[in-house]
Amino acid sequence: MSAPIPADSVGLVSPHQKVFEAPVRLLCGRVLSRMELFYETYGELNAARSNAVLICHALSGHHHAAGYHGLDDDRPGWWDTCIGPGKPIDTNLFHVVSLNNVGGCHGSTGPRSINPQTGRAFGPDFPAVTVRDWVATQAMLADALGITRWAAVIGGSLGGMQAMQWTIDLPDRVAHALLIACASRLSAQNIAFNEIARQAIMFDPDFNGGRYLDNATNPARGLMLARMLGHVTYQSDDGLRDKFGRDVKSGDLAAAHDVQFQVESYLHHQGRSFSQRFDANTYLLMTRALDHFDPARDFDDDLVAALCRAQSDFLVVAFTSDWRFAPARSKEIVDALIAARKNVVSAVIDTPHGHDAFLLPVPRYFQVFRSYMLHVAARVGIRS
Amino acid sequence: MRPDIAIIADLVTPGARVLDLGCGDGELLAYLKRAKGVNGYGLEIDPEMITCCITVGVNVIEQDLDQGLTNFPSDSFDLVVMTDTLQSVKRPDIMLDEMLRIGRECIVTFPNFAHWRCRLQLAARGKMPIAKHLPHRWYNTPNIHLCTFADFEALCDAKNLTVIERFVVNSEYTNHPLVSRFPNLFGTTAFYQLGRPQ
Repeated sequence: MSAPIPADSVGLVSPHQKVFEAPVRLLCGRVLSRMELFYETYGELNAARSNAVLICHALSGHHHAAGYHGLDDDRPGWWDTCIGPGKPIDTNLFHVVSLNNVGGCHGSTGPRSINPQTGRAFGPDFPAVTVRDWVATQAMLADALGITRWAAVIGGSLGGMQAMQWTIDLPDRVAHALLIACASRLSAQNIAFNEIARQAIMFDPDFNGGRYLDNATNPARGLMLARMLGHVTYQSDDGLRDKFGRDVKSGDLAAAHDVQFQVESYLHHQGRSFSQRFDANTYLLMTRALDHFDPARDFDDDLVAALCRAQSDFLVVAFTSDWRFAPARSKEIVDALIAARKNVVSAVIDTPHGHDAFLLPVPRYFQVFRSYMLHVAARVGIRS
Repeated sequence: MRPDIAIIADLVTPGARVLDLGCGDGELLAYLKRAKGVNGYGLEIDPEMITCCITVGVNVIEQDLDQGLTNFPSDSFDLVVMTDTLQSVKRPDIMLDEMLRIGRECIVTFPNFAHWRCRLQLAARGKMPIAKHLPHRWYNTPNIHLCTFADFEALCDAKNLTVIERFVVNSEYTNHPLVSRFPNLFGTTAFYQLGRPQ
């Protein structure tokens, strides 16, 4: 990083690791004989331990949500826009915990970890994980950190689904749940997009049935295609038009195989960089967890019955141009929460930034986010 | 406190489940929660107002009334309230039907277009009236369906609605004898508590 660290950053941070030696039984029935979770924290835990908030990451996220690991980092954590002193999740008020979920590829036990039974990487043998497993393992981390009740559990997209699941599975441990650009389950169209992404990965000859680490290959082309597809669906038509229009990179019509438009160049860059930092088996696991998320299913497909269990208050935020997790999906959650007689605030933010808007400093979004977090602070008795 | 809040609060059963359509800054719901222990929700579309609601801890839902209320099941509330907003929705008559589908009862307040000041301005100057209770000009008013107390009575009759409570106040929110005697001439704001058709 060439510029100095901004004043509203949490600054230099480093990840911590928590090792759980006791076996962890997952919902699929399989057991991890030991588990490591990577996490980071920002802001001080108060004496009453009442100001802790949990950040749940989305499909491609990890524990590094805010700040910098080193002065040479070219960018901060993935949700640095929202977490820091004076930011919506104000680290002057809150103790923020952000982890890499089990099954991830950024340090926590996942497909790249060594399977103690075979002595080589799990790879495709890593057990299927679900949102409920993530909530259960996040609760193990909370126990280890001495946090009995979160002031708030916060997540966007797949992260919001985890926050929702928390309120159903461990209702007395969540005071507020913030569900941003979220849905109570995926639509067929959403599952279809995920399947195309998975097929792109599995079709890559370097995938080797998921045993690419043993073969010293990386299905980079598959990952790149998966990310390019995902990335387009996280943006809106208007958003891409604003950003790139029809700007041409190379006007050579004859070079049909080359990059010709700026938007192509951008997608190639996004896809390539993702393929170098993400694990293909993790991508398959995470999209499957996303596809299967459906908390109402355990309650006869009655979302109201599922949410009746919750003891927390809710903020539900949607973005007008988000067609992957459309405002109508958020509305379903809000309607169910009202029917379940829960306290809920909902906002629909007008923005052209599509699903990715939840990561961006959209002024009205931040106004709502900040106001709600100040309300959270007041409710749990945090003094600034 | 907003002067209409105490009047409305008197009509609300403690512990009721209340939906406030166009809840503004949430002052009414915040008061009803505090004073009457209601389980309340408000619908609002103004971003600044929504932020105010969040700050005072009111359940505010961003939803445009003119897009319909079909997401609210029948009988899902005890009471549906709409203060000073009925005249600005696309179809007040359908809105009333919806309010009484969602709630067993509703309370509506609206400004009176037949107040003597309005009549005088229209009759003497031939211009659209501007008054304390109707401050906008014709081209920027949100009030697209202004009516008089007599008009609203006729609508309630036509729909055969049960009028549980009705009264009228002047712009000082006092009960002047003239207002009681000639409500459609001296009243500025009406309060109606309505039930479903008999």
